[in-house]
Amino acid sequence: MTAINRRLVLLLPLGIAGVAGVGLYSMLDRMRSGKFDPRGVPSALIGKPVPTFTLPGQGDSPGFSSADLKAQGRPVLLNFFASWCVPCIAEADVLLALKQSGQPVFGIAYKDKTEATDAFLRQHGNPYVQVGRDAAGSVAIDFGLYGVPESYLIDTTGTVRWRFAGGLTADVVRQELAPLLKTLT
Amino acid sequence: MILRLAFLLLILAGPALAVSNPAEMLSDPAGEARAEHIGRQLRCMVCQNESVEESEADLARDFRHIIRERVKAGESDQQIMDWMVARYGDFIRLRPPFSALTLLLWAAPMLAVGIGAGAVLLGRRRRPEPPAPLSEAERQRVGKLSGS
Repeated sequence: MTAINRRLVLLLPLGIAGVAGVGLYSMLDRMRSGKFDPRGVPSALIGKPVPTFTLPGQGDSPGFSSADLKAQGRPVLLNFFASWCVPCIAEADVLLALKQSGQPVFGIAYKDKTEATDAFLRQHGNPYVQVGRDAAGSVAIDFGLYGVPESYLIDTTGTVRWRFAGGLTADVVRQELAPLLKTLT
Repeated sequence: MILRLAFLLLILAGPALAVSNPAEMLSDPAGEARAEHIGRQLRCMVCQNESVEESEADLARDFRHIIRERVKAGESDQQIMDWMVARYGDFIRLRPPFSALTLLLWAAPMLAVGIGAGAVLLGRRRRPEPPAPLSEAERQRVGKLSGS
C-alpha cells in the first residue's frame, strides 16, 4: 500500500465521521430550538383549496362552513382544539393575542363534548370568531389532521397556505405566521 | 413439553391485529380481507411505525372505519389509497412510491452493492505480484545471517 493510499484509508473515515457529526449536531440543535420535529409531517394540503365542510356550532351559535372562511376579506387562522388537549391550554394565550391584534381565528372542537368545550372556553378564554363542532372527527381527517392542536392559515381565495401541528407559541407566530401574513395582505 | 408447546404457540401466533372488536369488522369476509390488506399498507399517523391495522390509536380506528365504509361502497384499493394520500400525503403509505424524491431510497441497495463490487475489483487489480521465490544464493545468505 502506498503512503497516499494509507493516508486516505485513515483520513476518509475520519472525514466522513466529522461531516456526520456536524450534521447530527445541527439536527439536534434545530430540534432543541423547535425548528425541526423528527415526527413532523408536511401537510398535503398546502397550496390546495380548503376542504368543503359545514359544522354545527356550540349550543345556539350557528357554527360555520368552509365558505365562511373565504368570506372574511382577509386570511383566517383555523384552529383545531379540544378541551381534553393539554397543549391547547398552553396555546390559548397566543390565540387570544392574535385575536387582539385583529386576526380572525376560527375554532373547530375536535371530538369534544359541548359542555366540556364550553367550560374550556370559559376558563381559558374564547379567541374564536365562531366555533364549529367536529364530534366525529371526520372534517379533521379531510384536513389531514393527526393530533390536536393544529392550525391552518387560509387565504382569501380559500387556499391553505400554512399548517402548524402542535401548540402555537409566540415564537412561531413571530417567525412564521406574521411574515407570511405580511406577504398575503 | 410445556416449553415446546409454548414455542409452538409462539410460532403459530399471527401478527396481532387491533381489529379485535368484531363489531368493527365487515360481515363479508372478502371485503374484510381487502380492508385489512389496505389497512396494513397505511401508516398510523399517531404511532408512526405501526400500520393502521395494528394501531390502538383513536385516529387509526377512524381510518379502519373509513376504509371499511369505502370497501362496502365498492371503491377499489387504489381509490381508497388515493383518498388517504390526498389528505395525508405520501407519508401515510408504509411503502413509499417510486418517484424522483425516493429514487435514492430505492436505488440505495443497488448502489451499495455496486460500490462494494467496484471496491473489491479495484483492490484485486491493484494487488502487486507476489515476490519471486528466493534464489539458492539468497537462501544461503539468509541461513548465514540467521546463524543456523
